[in-house]
Amino acid sequence: MMNIALLVWRQKNRADKGRFERYEAKDISHEMSFLEMLDVVNEGLIKDGKEPIAFDHDCREGICGMCSQVINGTPHGPAERTTVCQLHMRNFKDGDVIYIEPWRAKAFPVIKDLIVDRSALDRIIQAGGYISVHTGGVPDANAILISKPDADTAMDAAECIGCGACVAACPNGSAMLFTSAKVIHLANLPQGKIEAVRRVCMMTEAMQKEGFGACSNHYECQAACPKGIKVSFISALNREFVKAQFK
Amino acid sequence: MILDGNCPNGLLHEKWDIRRHELKLVSPANRRKFKIIVVGTGLAGASAAATLGELGYNVEAFCYQDSARRAHSIAAQGGINAAKNYPNDGDSIYHLFYDTIKGGDFRSREANVYRLAMISNNIIDQCVAQGVPFARDYAGYLDNRSFGGSQVSRTFYARGQTGQQLLLGAYSALSRQVKAGTVKLYPRTEMLDIIVIDGEAKGIIVRDLVTGEIRGHSADSVCLCTGGYSNAFSLSSNAMGSNITATFRAYKKGAYFANPCYTQIHPTCIPASGDYQSKLTLMSESLRNDGRVWVPKKTGDKRPANDITEDERDYYLERKYPSYGNLAPRDISSRAAKEVCDEGRGVGPGGRGVYLDFADSIKRLGEDTIRQRYGNLFEMYERITGEDAYKQPMRIYPAPHYTMGGLWVDYNLESNIKGLFILGEANFSDHGANRLGASALMQGLADGYFVIPYTIADYLAKTKPGKVTITHPEFKKSLDETSSLMERLLSINGKKTVNEFHRELGKIMWDNVGMTRSEASLKKTLEEIPLIRQEFWKNVKVSGAGSELNQELEKACRVADFLEFAELMAWDALQRDESCGGHFRVEHQMPDGEAKRNDEEFCYVAAWEYKGIGKTPELHKEPLTFESIKLAVRSYK
Repeated sequence: MMNIALLVWRQKNRADKGRFERYEAKDISHEMSFLEMLDVVNEGLIKDGKEPIAFDHDCREGICGMCSQVINGTPHGPAERTTVCQLHMRNFKDGDVIYIEPWRAKAFPVIKDLIVDRSALDRIIQAGGYISVHTGGVPDANAILISKPDADTAMDAAECIGCGACVAACPNGSAMLFTSAKVIHLANLPQGKIEAVRRVCMMTEAMQKEGFGACSNHYECQAACPKGIKVSFISALNREFVKAQFK
Repeated sequence: MILDGNCPNGLLHEKWDIRRHELKLVSPANRRKFKIIVVGTGLAGASAAATLGELGYNVEAFCYQDSARRAHSIAAQGGINAAKNYPNDGDSIYHLFYDTIKGGDFRSREANVYRLAMISNNIIDQCVAQGVPFARDYAGYLDNRSFGGSQVSRTFYARGQTGQQLLLGAYSALSRQVKAGTVKLYPRTEMLDIIVIDGEAKGIIVRDLVTGEIRGHSADSVCLCTGGYSNAFSLSSNAMGSNITATFRAYKKGAYFANPCYTQIHPTCIPASGDYQSKLTLMSESLRNDGRVWVPKKTGDKRPANDITEDERDYYLERKYPSYGNLAPRDISSRAAKEVCDEGRGVGPGGRGVYLDFADSIKRLGEDTIRQRYGNLFEMYERITGEDAYKQPMRIYPAPHYTMGGLWVDYNLESNIKGLFILGEANFSDHGANRLGASALMQGLADGYFVIPYTIADYLAKTKPGKVTITHPEFKKSLDETSSLMERLLSINGKKTVNEFHRELGKIMWDNVGMTRSEASLKKTLEEIPLIRQEFWKNVKVSGAGSELNQELEKACRVADFLEFAELMAWDALQRDESCGGHFRVEHQMPDGEAKRNDEEFCYVAAWEYKGIGKTPELHKEPLTFESIKLAVRSYK
């Protein structure tokens, strides 16, 4: 069991300025997940007649991409390749002081406390992050052959959970890692190549329009990504983009 | 009343063709005049919304998550079945059909299951065309693996994230329609009521989870694709937000709820570590291929696993089921684990766990081989428990993770309320009393991509577009009711939190309506639930206001519905005085512990009609008739 002090970002709504508030998390078990620790703190706040801390979470098994907290300055906290929901309290020790903040980026306005609006990421996908195929009328699945290395690379990129940690980690608030993962996932597949030129242009344009910054090779995104998406996808996106300029 | 599943006549393999010929069409020019509401954006909802949008209908899609891509289908690990027979190992549509019927312990509708098996092949084609990166062999062809309940390899997979990849495929198709302007998305929006006018579904009431605004949306037809109700047990493998509200509110408005007692418990989950536990994480069942399950022979033996000598261990699955050993079927393994823990021999915090030991396999095959096979699972286990399963045995325990029951639908996926269609886990139709692995993804996508586009057209062709708008008095009435429900919850200001009530309910359900049920346990549950419900409405504390983002209020609404719905689960389980699939009544078992069905009396779908809170619901039976197969004992020996 341990006692921990939390400094949590509280912000009533988008218009509110927001500030850190201190809470004591007492008798915390090492076995708890980080979000379970917050559950316990929230139960206490409710019983004291105070408003619980609002935070996004859902599957709590590291795949839905809903959870989004900056813990002591690092998106998703100190454990490598681990989302907040899979982070456990054994990564902390008695007497620790933990700062918890929302994703901070121009394109992710705070809705409340630790909850931000990430719909800009959806709009990047809507701009062209798909293969324009209708339901039905497609060939037999084995009519499209894909080499194993290409399929594996596509899958490496497709593992992105769309949490936005890459944006939160980037000093420029860039969404290049997110966008490149989708661009490269599809550009690596024969069925995705047909629209590759159009796709990379439209998605990059949407990214800029949403207020995400440019990539200047800090690689903080790769370090923060809970799924190990590599920055090599960003260079691959740049190649796709350059190719597109000559078509 | 005897219900009719509205299945087409004709031979089994001709039924879907016959039905498609019978169904009316809506011309492209008329489609944009119709508005369709789709609630939920998991595999069923996203695929339905995308496909209906492509066809030119006006679609509004709703989800409570901040993005359609986060629905809980995303967490499915294993794979998706299809009768492609690519490995040439003897598979066929009929085999997939039969395995699914048998796996469901002969409690599903024959015609539906056959259609599902037929469509399974189209799904794989569709997903590949969308760019789903399924596993491939070195020649570039699709790879298959095998799963429980079948003797062939028919499961397509994308590493351990098949659900994620399929959902991202459906989400991309959906995103394309958003851009095309045929689908409007409403994320962070929760459905709280359904509008039924003259027996037809014509809209929904939702709460905007950011602003708290409660408003109506009218439509010509409504599709509910809102998943299952495992969270009635409080702790399950479902997402924290997964809930019964949408389908339960439809039930309260007259839709029949079918087979609510059919729930599935997965044997290999990571056990709870304390009272604060918020959810349970599933580990792939494949681990049982190389792990040996045991508990100490002595009760209350608290020594570390490695200090307990071989002769002090009880490898109870190997002992009780020598022919199957550690690979005994899901339900049997789950019940056996509960039994030894009930005897006080469970391990780990709270004594609710059993060991899954890899020491022998590591000795036999070497640590590297085990690492190759299960490395990612061992890593996940360590992340959650802090224990190294190469050095000490894993601890596992069963957990609820899927519900076969759901709103009653006919062959067209239409409920008894006209114009209300139910897709995916939210309906009851295809898995009978037990679902086979890798079949949930198949059903969700079959319903959304390939069934609903045909059947909804038939309904729409017979109705006039825009018959109802939100100015209809039913909207006002339902808006008022919903708002006052919120106000009531916020005004109680009691002493117990929503989570405390949810945990209390979950414990009763898990202990009495979980892996095993008995007449006594069910009657006890039916007495206890109303008491918790009464206390909830007197003593719950919901902080904050209704006109803002308020996660406690969201939870309170969901738990309030579970507190009513749980009673229906227990009632159905009590009435079904037989064992079948995941529904295990201790009174009815074979000498070897398998479920003992009673086909004479219970070969029917139990569809319940709402009669009021705390009142006995009315039972309507849909007899299950099997034209093509013979009922048999579900045996895997």
